[in-house]
Amino acid sequence: MNYQQATWTRETDSGEPVNEPLLSEKRTQTVTYDDVDLPEELVRDELTLPEPAEPEVASHYTRLSQMNYSVEHGPYPLGSCTMKYNPKFIEDVAALEDGAIHPDRPDEYAQGTLGILHGLQEYLAEIGGMETATLQPPAGAAGEFTGLLVARAYHRSNDEDDERREVIVPASAHGTNFASAAMAGYDVVELPSDEDGRVPVDALEEAVGDSTAALMLTNPNTLGLFERDIADIADIVHDAGGLLYYDGANLNALLGRARPGDMGFDIMHYNVHKTFASPHGGGGPGAGPIGVVDELTEFLPDPHVRETEDGSFQFYEPAESIGKVHGFYGNWLVLLKTYAYISRLGDGGLKDTSAMAVLNANYLASQIDLDIPYGPFHHEFVASAGDVDAAEFAKGMLDEGVHPPTTKWPEIVDEALMTEPTEALSKDQIDVLAAAFTATNQKTSDELADAPTKTAAARIDQTSAARNPRLSWQDVEGTDE
Amino acid sequence: MQRIQHDGTDPSHELDESSPFAPQTPQEVDAMLSAIGADSVEELFDVPEAVAFDGDFDIEAKSEYEVVSEIEELLGQNADRTEFLGRGHYDHYVPSVVDYLSLRSEFLTSYTQYQPETSQGFLQALFEFQSMIVELTGLDVANCSMYDAATALGEAALLAARVRETDGSRVLVPETIRSERRSVLENYADGAELTVETYPLTDGNTDTDALAEVIDEDVVMVYAESPTARGAIEERLSAVATLADDHEAAFCLGSDPVALALLKEPAAVGADIVIGDASVLGLSASHGMGLGLFAVKDGYLRQVPGRLVGTSETAEGRRAYTLTLQTREQHIRKERATSNICTNQAWVALRTAIHIATLGASGLAALAEDCVATASEAAARLDAVEGVTAPVDDRHHFREFVARTERPAAEVASELADRGFLVHEVGEFEIQICVTETNSNEVDGLVAAAQEVLE
Repeated sequence: MNYQQATWTRETDSGEPVNEPLLSEKRTQTVTYDDVDLPEELVRDELTLPEPAEPEVASHYTRLSQMNYSVEHGPYPLGSCTMKYNPKFIEDVAALEDGAIHPDRPDEYAQGTLGILHGLQEYLAEIGGMETATLQPPAGAAGEFTGLLVARAYHRSNDEDDERREVIVPASAHGTNFASAAMAGYDVVELPSDEDGRVPVDALEEAVGDSTAALMLTNPNTLGLFERDIADIADIVHDAGGLLYYDGANLNALLGRARPGDMGFDIMHYNVHKTFASPHGGGGPGAGPIGVVDELTEFLPDPHVRETEDGSFQFYEPAESIGKVHGFYGNWLVLLKTYAYISRLGDGGLKDTSAMAVLNANYLASQIDLDIPYGPFHHEFVASAGDVDAAEFAKGMLDEGVHPPTTKWPEIVDEALMTEPTEALSKDQIDVLAAAFTATNQKTSDELADAPTKTAAARIDQTSAARNPRLSWQDVEGTDE
Repeated sequence: MQRIQHDGTDPSHELDESSPFAPQTPQEVDAMLSAIGADSVEELFDVPEAVAFDGDFDIEAKSEYEVVSEIEELLGQNADRTEFLGRGHYDHYVPSVVDYLSLRSEFLTSYTQYQPETSQGFLQALFEFQSMIVELTGLDVANCSMYDAATALGEAALLAARVRETDGSRVLVPETIRSERRSVLENYADGAELTVETYPLTDGNTDTDALAEVIDEDVVMVYAESPTARGAIEERLSAVATLADDHEAAFCLGSDPVALALLKEPAAVGADIVIGDASVLGLSASHGMGLGLFAVKDGYLRQVPGRLVGTSETAEGRRAYTLTLQTREQHIRKERATSNICTNQAWVALRTAIHIATLGASGLAALAEDCVATASEAAARLDAVEGVTAPVDDRHHFREFVARTERPAAEVASELADRGFLVHEVGEFEIQICVTETNSNEVDGLVAAAQEVLE
């Protein structure tokens, strides 16, 4: 494919060519405060910020947007990120004026919002096979943290918190699992994968015991493999007195095929910005609701929503609530979009989503000439770039007009290219993506070293950025002098 | 449902309904299966029967029109009331240009900039956001977002504990802190074995004598707010900073970008960390969804949680932007990362930056000055109502203030709500009122209603 990302380049005053200049390199204004009704010592001396007129703002950000690859440009197959199409109508729903309310409204004046929150609690519980779900965690990692706080509250209620100090995490798990466990005050026990790429049941039996608080598991795992021994795994963890936590990053593979609750999981998080199509927004916001089984509902964050006998909705504090994990009620606009998306798809659409996601991944794999050491995979697979550095391979793919996969992870595959096309790519787009893999695979090491050449910026030196951090335009100006 | 018709007899695609957002036709499904060498899509699932789900979700598919109509109707049940509500979540007018630019799909549908060469636009926007926060706080480093003010405060406490050379276990917060914000902080503190304690305020500002009594070498962080949750501008920040510094505790200030555009820069009063909700610009009322502001002095750089955008150079020596210092982060450092945060609030930061750019320095400063004037005027008008004293705290206020009512606050708030106005009930005889440009033209109505209720 012939591709060239839009770029505007011009010289700054110092003669250095830059793409779109910083706002601070255009017009700025310094204001002072002379007639404010406050004591002088409480007021700043001055404030200096860019002062563009609205047409200049529009031009600046439009140009920036065109120097940014997105899902709507084409394939964006980041593994475990589920970069699927974000329907337009959910944005209109989020913009409805009646939804723009303050969080401190008394329940009786917020029945519409509470009704939607309650509806989403029920949708998610149904989809996950859980008793109910809290919507408060504002991201997947926040969901993990919340889930572990719930686990800890449960063990505390059994007077076992002092001894249950370990959370077991498979080596191939997302980095957030390890970090969330540490933030919740747990020691992390890492479990290596077996030769098939799954959790080794024998090693798990060795690892669990009186000190086990929970096992965190992604299913299908980051290799796209279903943990076939999940029923045994659940028994082993439960027999040891631990809880089973489901990382929902890969739920898009299983909608309507298998539910974490039915597999024996006690706690799960949903990444609604992955599975349920709320846009990723350049890094967020997402939302990471967690579902729990009946035995754990009393520990959920405060507040939860329930329906009363007269059909109205109310916030209430669960009996043994862990308290709060967000200052208010989480990322409301994201939750509203999620509700709209699930309502649109319904049972059939949700099941079709996972069917087409798994079909697309398998079809893509059949069309590329790279080793894929582990299978059968579902919605994603991990290919190996072989003798080529996966990060270099990714730079080569950028010139083919697609976004590359997640690279160098999981580590169990050499030079990993973790690839998740999602259900939203057409066969034609998958053929384009496959051609990008093939074209890249044929590039010489010199060609890869020079890549990318068709993006707004050529290869960026990330090492020097870290060695000499310049994190604001104030630093840039300082460096130039 | 519109869409691709799937023939029920087609064994390759047996679903009755399909997703409107999955483009494959039945013919393409067949071709793809054939390329894979499979007979059906079902065959691709490696799920043991014992744990397979063979039921149906009790969720009925709807057309786009039906979904939008249903949600419009549901949200219509949010009663039509004028909100005079604040306490950490504020409604400022967001210019249309913020929506139109931020909703461009190039921004909205991209993700974290793992490939900087093809993500220069969003990286530059986040770099500019960080720079705006640096200017507003006077501190050296701002990250590109936390979830909200409360989680940013939790992260601040964890950072403060990490940077301390000696052990410590106490975090001090003002007694006026929102209980919700404190609860989040306690959950973050718990895993690090920190405890959260309060110090008192007198007449709306920190009681520095009382703070001096409770602070000791075991304190890792002192947190103060300006404006406070009750809307008072804090006048003793330098004294708080000195007390913290004397005990090797970090001083964390909670504020927001509008207040920071007017009030003394946090760096100038000795703050080491600034947290707050930056979405007061960029998002209108959104049921508490926010944007965690997080800025620190240079010495804390390598302990900062979350993502940082920096400049670097391309192979041809041209300035470019990239995520940097990623060895702090969970995807590399795992359980030794500075935080577990991955997905953040980047798109809200983009909106906030566009809003700040649109206002410019003069527009932002004017907005901030209005927040002082409108609070003061509204307080004076309510004070003139018999049975009301406002403001309760003899301080300068920003956007909001507390009023004392002769009748119980719960009754007053309820009767004001009956008349169309929502205010906070914050004490047995105290209500709190927040005024911004989006409700200032309703102050007449509020005052008239207060007269009916209280006189």
